[in-house]
Amino acid sequence: MREINRASAIRAEGLSKIYREGATELRALQEVDLEVRAGELTLLMGPSGSGKTTLLSILGCILRASEGNLEILGEDVSALREKELPRIRREAIGFVFQGFNLFPALTAAENVALALDVRGVRGGDARQQGEELLAEVGLAEKARSFPADLSGGQKQRVAIARALAGNPPILLADEPTAALDWTSGRTVIELLQRLAREQGRAVVMVTHDPRVLSFGDRIIHLEDGRIVREEAGASKAIASLAFLEGLPGQGSIQAVGL
Amino acid sequence: MGLLARRNLFHDKVRFAVTLTGIVFALVLIIIQFGLFLGFTTTTSNNIDHSNADLWVVFHGVGYFDMGRNFSERKFYQVLSTPGVERAEKYMQAFARWKRPDGRVENVQVIGFHPGSGLGEPWNMVQGSVADLKQEDSVIVDELYREKLGVERIGDRIEIGDHRARVVGFTRGIRSFTTSPFIYAKFKNSLDYTNPESSEDSTAYILVKASAGITSQELQRRLRERLADVDIYTTAEFSRKTRFYWMFTTGAGLAVLTAALLGLVVGVAVVAQTIYAATMDHIREYGTLKAMGATNRYLYRVLIEQAVWSALLGYGLAMIVAHFIVQASEKGGAIILMPWSMSLGMLILAVVMCVAAALVSINKVTRIDPAMVFRG
Repeated sequence: MREINRASAIRAEGLSKIYREGATELRALQEVDLEVRAGELTLLMGPSGSGKTTLLSILGCILRASEGNLEILGEDVSALREKELPRIRREAIGFVFQGFNLFPALTAAENVALALDVRGVRGGDARQQGEELLAEVGLAEKARSFPADLSGGQKQRVAIARALAGNPPILLADEPTAALDWTSGRTVIELLQRLAREQGRAVVMVTHDPRVLSFGDRIIHLEDGRIVREEAGASKAIASLAFLEGLPGQGSIQAVGL
Repeated sequence: MGLLARRNLFHDKVRFAVTLTGIVFALVLIIIQFGLFLGFTTTTSNNIDHSNADLWVVFHGVGYFDMGRNFSERKFYQVLSTPGVERAEKYMQAFARWKRPDGRVENVQVIGFHPGSGLGEPWNMVQGSVADLKQEDSVIVDELYREKLGVERIGDRIEIGDHRARVVGFTRGIRSFTTSPFIYAKFKNSLDYTNPESSEDSTAYILVKASAGITSQELQRRLRERLADVDIYTTAEFSRKTRFYWMFTTGAGLAVLTAALLGLVVGVAVVAQTIYAATMDHIREYGTLKAMGATNRYLYRVLIEQAVWSALLGYGLAMIVAHFIVQASEKGGAIILMPWSMSLGMLILAVVMCVAAALVSINKVTRIDPAMVFRG
């Protein structure tokens, strides 16, 4: 198990993203300051068009910010050249997508092995690590199944196993429960929570689903490309509540954002 | 990455079948067009290339085989007396009227030569022999033209230029580029068939064999010094001139060449479209790979491996199809040739076309829109 370290995994300062089309200018992100800490499940919430996916893309080094600085695990990636960004993604970040984005022609084990192959792990090592990762998400028995033969929840768990290939300290998940029923979604969110809390990974998850709020350690609200509110997640709030309620002289305290 | 390339290719069998069909169609189209072009050019110079001669002496200004013009046989003796000439033979080519047994008339090209000389003889005999032409008024025709010439078997009697003649043999695959089939006869008879008024002391060509130890070029130089009013070509030169004439002086050759080039363009377009579509079908997967940290080089290798597999499988199937078409063409009026050099060229072309088409689409992958990766 990874040693839990609440150090900053991602630090963003003044991130802006401007899309230009002819004379038209669209500010998708505006001066976003953000710190994502290891060992926490951070939820990004906001209405459609609020910049969640743009922010996730920038944090994942897929998209470059127009302005601002971004540090991943202490390395200033804003200063890196475009061709150096794949290395950051390979070494530091795992992605989980709403639509799973599994390779339909590959089995579950091969999907995970492919992510290892991208990182230069091949042959027996890749097979062994792939099996271990599938076992970690509870799908060891589905190693030889193709995505078409898996349920939505199982697909997303395979996608998480794939995101864990190379043991990245950061996981970025884009609405991973959106396409799932609540039972499957709950399994997935619990898995992500466990990966954050027990393995010390920094997990950032974009979501619209209010049912997952209770699993988050921090909730960041975006509107019109700006962070408008940040609050402790329900679990922390509840913990705080219990702590405060234990103090003498305190009455009822309502945890924000619940 | 090799696994992904192969699995992507074979996973969607319908898509794979469509891809292969596109590649096979394109390659077969190119093979047929260029095979026709090659067959066409080869046909125009067939008699020269199979003459077994080193040099051709032709009337001055004759630019190609089918326009032979007679000149005095004094030149023939001058040739024979030239040091370095091992042997020389008179050779005839002229058009004549062929009257079938049923009375219908066809135009033919009569080739006159000396049977047994080893120079200018027909080849690929399937019935009878060249020596049978030593009999008076006997001819050899190609089996391709049995129906056109109204003959079925050895012994059939016809008329050529008002002279009665008898079929004594059949060749296989000696086509004429014109609509007039070649008819082989001994030299003396060929004069009777083509121009009874002409003197026996004339010839349209002199075929020359050089002695051992002397090059064709050296003998050509010697003959040029001794003979006036004639042109002296090496066999390769005269073959080239004849091919060039039919290919570039007549519209027919250009038409075949244009068709071949159009076949290439259409073929390339079909393959490009097919491979491009197959790549774009997986664009989301390539985007995911990129998000996972795959370098452009990694993506290139996946795409190239996929394209090479497509090319090799498409090429294999195309060769099988082309083989049957080429075989069928041997019995038809127009021959399609597919020498090994063309087969090799097609393999290279298939790989280059498929890889180039795949690389065109990689621009889409390398300039990926992150929203596409995250879209559900």
